[in-house]
Amino acid sequence: MNQKFDAIVVGAGPAGCTCGLILAKAGLETLIVERGKFAGAKNMWGGALYGPSLNELVPGFWEEAPVERFILRHRYSLLTEEASLSTEFTTKKFGKPPYNSFSVLRSKFDRWFASKAEQRGAVVAPGLEAEDLMWEGNSVTGIRAGGDELPASVVVACDGVNSLLAEKAGLRGKLSARDMKQGVKEVIQLPRQLIDQRFNLRGEEGIAWEFIGSFTGGIPGGAFVYTNKESLSVGVVVQLSALVEKKVSANDLLEDFKQHPAVENMLADGKLAEYSAHLIPVGGKTMMPTLYTDGFLIAGDAAAFTLTTGLVLEGANSAIASGKAAAETVIRAKQRGDFSKKSLSYYAELLQKSFVLKDMETFKRAPRLLENPRLYRQYPELVCDLAEKIFISDGEPRKRLWKLFRASQKKRVSFWRMIRDFLQIKRSI
Amino acid sequence: MNPSGIEDKLAVNKFDIDKERHIQIKEDICRTCEGYQCTYACPADCFKLREGHITFSYEGCLECGSCRIMCDKEAIEWALPRAGFGICYQFG
Repeated sequence: MNQKFDAIVVGAGPAGCTCGLILAKAGLETLIVERGKFAGAKNMWGGALYGPSLNELVPGFWEEAPVERFILRHRYSLLTEEASLSTEFTTKKFGKPPYNSFSVLRSKFDRWFASKAEQRGAVVAPGLEAEDLMWEGNSVTGIRAGGDELPASVVVACDGVNSLLAEKAGLRGKLSARDMKQGVKEVIQLPRQLIDQRFNLRGEEGIAWEFIGSFTGGIPGGAFVYTNKESLSVGVVVQLSALVEKKVSANDLLEDFKQHPAVENMLADGKLAEYSAHLIPVGGKTMMPTLYTDGFLIAGDAAAFTLTTGLVLEGANSAIASGKAAAETVIRAKQRGDFSKKSLSYYAELLQKSFVLKDMETFKRAPRLLENPRLYRQYPELVCDLAEKIFISDGEPRKRLWKLFRASQKKRVSFWRMIRDFLQIKRSI
Repeated sequence: MNPSGIEDKLAVNKFDIDKERHIQIKEDICRTCEGYQCTYACPADCFKLREGHITFSYEGCLECGSCRIMCDKEAIEWALPRAGFGICYQFG
């Protein structure tokens, strides 16, 4: 029999590292297992990390963590095949500590995060996969990994969107493709100076640029460009079920996007450094698994804690906050010497009080709203058409704005349908 | 010139390829399939339709799980590569 741990955390991503760090800091014997060769080896994301949860855990983390740039500018663009309409928000506030968000590459960042947990006393075991759970009656009593049995008072599954452990624990059924978005991304290397010039940046400043429009062919989703120090993260995020219905691959959409006139010049002369893909659980509350059972908790993407509002698609912040709630629950359970389902129900209480479940409740209608195909085709076309008519000088007498709008709108969507869509937007986000 | 095709893109990635394939497909079930969902779902183009047959190559798998969710015939025995093998992101 191996040494019994107080807690085994499965997966050294943001949820797992947070949980392991807090547990070890509180003096619990903690093991973090990670199937990648190193923490981060299996992980990718779009690329922006919102700071508050991590700042609470590691104050001033940006001074030591391998962040790329702080996000000073947020730009949104609506694209049609030929045109684009953009809006940008920036404030001096985002350029000062504690900053608001950062561009981050996971392979470096997760390694740093895991090393922080290790410094606090957690045992981090990369290259070790949790193949199965150990049971005693209805209680989880550890994991099987690398042909060994590793007993623990509690197992915290932070094993990501495909969480096999949540399934093995019987807490989650089959995932639905409608609730999933597939992200594919390229990391494109460019000299730092060129990135600064092209995106109007200086020093450590960065931009997060999001797109929706014609390039997804009506498939719910969008695209992004984030600036790293010496590379760009460029990708598309699209609903998995719709990809298959329309019989296209995400890479084709990414290629179309990269050739759009609003984007192409930004990427010119860049060198492809990596091509990656990942799923994002976007179904909101309805797809959440049961969050705990005897001796077992689920956190992060494994629990589908992703916030989707249409303007924000964010998982890491919730992952960190849920990892923290899981750790606090385990510490309390250890004090009471009770790791039963009843004792661990404290986890749900904590989450309900935090932004994790509050935000998911507030925006619970957003996932269905974002399936509305008009958001990706008709409305971007409408506003771009309107902008074109406003700017064009073609020798014809000019018309007032409302007339131009009605003409553009009638071609694409009925007035009443538009009002209904507007009300749905109002209710949902 | 940067690649636009998936195969060439995958060539820049770092993989530690195992000798054994981690995902198995049940070809007898695949033969009855008409939707070929896996071929659109896989971002690494691991599933290919060749002369009416689905073929699968595991080497370029990005371990995203899309095929497993999309296959409605349960013809995919999905697992992760052994620890330490498979995709090894350098950027992520």
